[in-house]
Amino acid sequence: MTRERWRKAEGFFALLLSTLAAFLGLFWLIFILGDVLVHGVKALNLGLFVNDPVPPGVEGGGLRNAFTGQLLITFSATLIGVPIGVLGGTFLAEYARGHRIARLISVLADIMVSVPSIVIGTFIYAILVKPIGHFNGWAGAVALSIIMIPVVLRTTEDMLSLVPWTLREAAFALGAPYYTVITQVVYRGAATGILTGILLSIARVAGETAPLLFTSFNNAFFSVDMKQPVASLTVTIFQYAMGPYENWHQQAWAASFVITLFILLITIAGRLIIKWRYK
Amino acid sequence: MATSAKKNPIDTIFSLVTAAASLTVIILIIAILFELFRESSPAMDRFGVWKFLSSTDWNPVKESFGALTNIYGTVLTTLLSLVMAIPVAMGIAIFVTEVSPNFLKGPIGIGIELLAAIPSIIYGMWGLFTLSPIMSGYIEPFLKKILEGVPIVGVLFQGTPMGIDILTASIILSIMIIPFTASISRDSFNLTPAVVKESAYAIGATKWEVVKDVVMPYSKLGVFGGIVLSLGRALGETMAVAFVLGNNHRITTSLFDAAATITVTLANEFAEADKDIYLSSLFYLALVLFMMSFITLAIAKFFLLKAERKYSR
Amino acid sequence: MKVFLKMVFVLAVVLSFTSVNAAETLNGAGASFPYPVYSAWAFDYNKVAGVQLNYQSIGSGGGIKQITARTVDFGASDAPLTTEELNKDGLLQFPAVMGGVVPVVAIPGVKEGQLRLDSDAICKIYLGDIKHWDDSKIKSLNPGLNLAHDEITVVHRSDGSGTTAIFTTYLSELCPDWKDKVGAGTSVKWPVGIGGKGNEGVANYTKRTPNSIGYVEFAYAEQNKLAYVLLKNPAGNFVEPNFKTFEDAAATANFDPKKHFHLWLVNAPGKNAWPIAGATFILLAKEKTDSNKKVVAFYDWAFKNGDKKANELVYVPLPASLKDKIRAYWKANGLQ
Repeated sequence: MTRERWRKAEGFFALLLSTLAAFLGLFWLIFILGDVLVHGVKALNLGLFVNDPVPPGVEGGGLRNAFTGQLLITFSATLIGVPIGVLGGTFLAEYARGHRIARLISVLADIMVSVPSIVIGTFIYAILVKPIGHFNGWAGAVALSIIMIPVVLRTTEDMLSLVPWTLREAAFALGAPYYTVITQVVYRGAATGILTGILLSIARVAGETAPLLFTSFNNAFFSVDMKQPVASLTVTIFQYAMGPYENWHQQAWAASFVITLFILLITIAGRLIIKWRYK
Repeated sequence: MATSAKKNPIDTIFSLVTAAASLTVIILIIAILFELFRESSPAMDRFGVWKFLSSTDWNPVKESFGALTNIYGTVLTTLLSLVMAIPVAMGIAIFVTEVSPNFLKGPIGIGIELLAAIPSIIYGMWGLFTLSPIMSGYIEPFLKKILEGVPIVGVLFQGTPMGIDILTASIILSIMIIPFTASISRDSFNLTPAVVKESAYAIGATKWEVVKDVVMPYSKLGVFGGIVLSLGRALGETMAVAFVLGNNHRITTSLFDAAATITVTLANEFAEADKDIYLSSLFYLALVLFMMSFITLAIAKFFLLKAERKYSR
Repeated sequence: MKVFLKMVFVLAVVLSFTSVNAAETLNGAGASFPYPVYSAWAFDYNKVAGVQLNYQSIGSGGGIKQITARTVDFGASDAPLTTEELNKDGLLQFPAVMGGVVPVVAIPGVKEGQLRLDSDAICKIYLGDIKHWDDSKIKSLNPGLNLAHDEITVVHRSDGSGTTAIFTTYLSELCPDWKDKVGAGTSVKWPVGIGGKGNEGVANYTKRTPNSIGYVEFAYAEQNKLAYVLLKNPAGNFVEPNFKTFEDAAATANFDPKKHFHLWLVNAPGKNAWPIAGATFILLAKEKTDSNKKVVAFYDWAFKNGDKKANELVYVPLPASLKDKIRAYWKANGLQ
């Protein structure tokens, strides 16, 4: 075979492999999502959302407490984590721009993004569960917010940095103090980017299980009291999937389907917002 | 930076508030390290550093704990998952940047992102209910049949395929990290200046040769950083692995055996460690894991920063 | 500014939600052994008294740990604590119900009550000395069964378990080899096998892994239609796990309030006694007087009204004389 033919064949083969790899990736995606869809939809019914869990052996039962609890915990985590993250990112991109401390905090935040979430769970157990004397929903919310803060902080910092400096100068020229410049001009300019960052961080923590295992624990009953253990969808899925009862498995699939759908929708929404805005 | 004639008090307050917010990052990292050290000090006093890291004992009855079985499981599953994920991820990145027609680039990109967005507990469930029976019913017996007798490699395929073992856990982990590696690699590939690629084409290189000899060497820092980042992510994965790993504390050479990782041990045993030294040893494990992921991420950051600096020249 | 105000409003709404006088909650955690019966009782009690008794099945080890750390209102454990251990952590203890730990298998073609084993065989299987189902020892006990040369997958607990404590105490009493190499306790160093979380996890793994053997509390075997095994008891008979054999084992039990009811029910001498029976205990922290009274009120109600439910789930309710002893213990310790 001539040298040229060989090179062409080698190239074709290699690129064919890469195409197969891409389709393999898509295959896993479709396989997993498809599985969740098929099993989840089968077990989906109104009772799942309206009823509370029943003891094993009793018919019926649902996951109303888990859905509510999940919303409550995620929402509380967002209320704690987002303001801190946005304000922190603002500091790094504005008041501390160019300073060494901004660099340091930025790098530390990146590292924090990848701290194993179960380690965060153990940390919160040590400071918010043991001293208080019982598991509580707030501990779970704080654990999730710790995961959110670095994500929101970094995206805010990045998005704010993208706003051209000239915009700020124009506002300064009109006599505005810095904080007005930030809130009225810069935030407006970076709003969609920051919003996407917030949405993606919510998508990230909505599916977390490990940090909730020993903080908000779990609750067999319907409760909105955050000072006590709160049921969460993810921990319940873990408990039910590891159990032997068939109807537990079905409920776990249905819950998985709902959570996956929720997270995927948020992720897609976030990406679409960016695309639409920065077209 | 523009300044106004006199200092605006609200400005000062706002800047302090935002500064405080950003300082929470530093405070949190220090607090986590402090707590982990404090809680693990009884175990550290009892077992020391080297002895703990090298002991395979995990005996709650005899109150003797060592991290080696957990570290072994963590490292083995992570490395195995990387080995399986990297080729696929690179293939995806090459496909998306060089091979695919433009209209496909968007959808495949979104597809990969969706794969990354799936929560790890879903991977765990899918692994337990769907993948594990397929593994124990078809794939593992097949692998055992053809590879069991092969010298050296065969040692990895001894024992009964149960589906709940290192191999299944590693496969799930690898699927989870493919999107990370793929998207960072893709971004790195895209940073290769068109000029360099075009010059290669101009002297008659084939597409594959451009990828192999121009794009990949150019972006190797970024790609390597991405791989190390994925390694960090895989190290800390809990739920995806907890369902299918089998939770057996021992060092084993067969991929068909159950094992234990630091994260899964924490998830299973943390709420139940009844003796103080037991709990303290678990915190010690958490500290070890924190250190491992910190170091891994610092390395990744180093490479990524270097790549950034190089590209923005 | 507007957005900020909106957020404050929402935060206020959320916070007001949480201080709404929620239904009374009692938190308990521990043994998965009695989880089916405790959650059934709690479900009924909630309808009657409006109290939410939130019981989480995290294993006896977890129950002991959480009550010692005072992060729950009561702990539950199948492994009873000794008087020294109770005094060290300031705890009180009483039994709530009894049941049996049952070996279950998932051998294709073998139905419930078909396989016969004795303590020696189980010891060797769990030690990894017997590796296949057609081992001569097993075959000799089961001349009528056609067992294939399949490898045994051993399933045990990955978490701290009172069920494990009962099971390993049974093994340690009869197998010097087991006592030497492994010992008894809530969490032991298993020589072989895969670990499931809770009775639920063991039942789950055993169910889906062919040629496996596990050990679970009987309610789990029943509810999941697992094939239970006939065991040879100290009296020499092969007995089936059921209400009668559990009752027989419990009949010889002598619980002593002075020892805080510490007692193992394994290897009971009765002719038809099930050899791996056990009671499951409730642990209370001495100083939590308020919540203790409420927990005791629940168990008092369960003692009066819960026997039928317990029977249905194949747990053995405590005999009336024992319940009286427990009530006296409660009064003596200021719990009622």
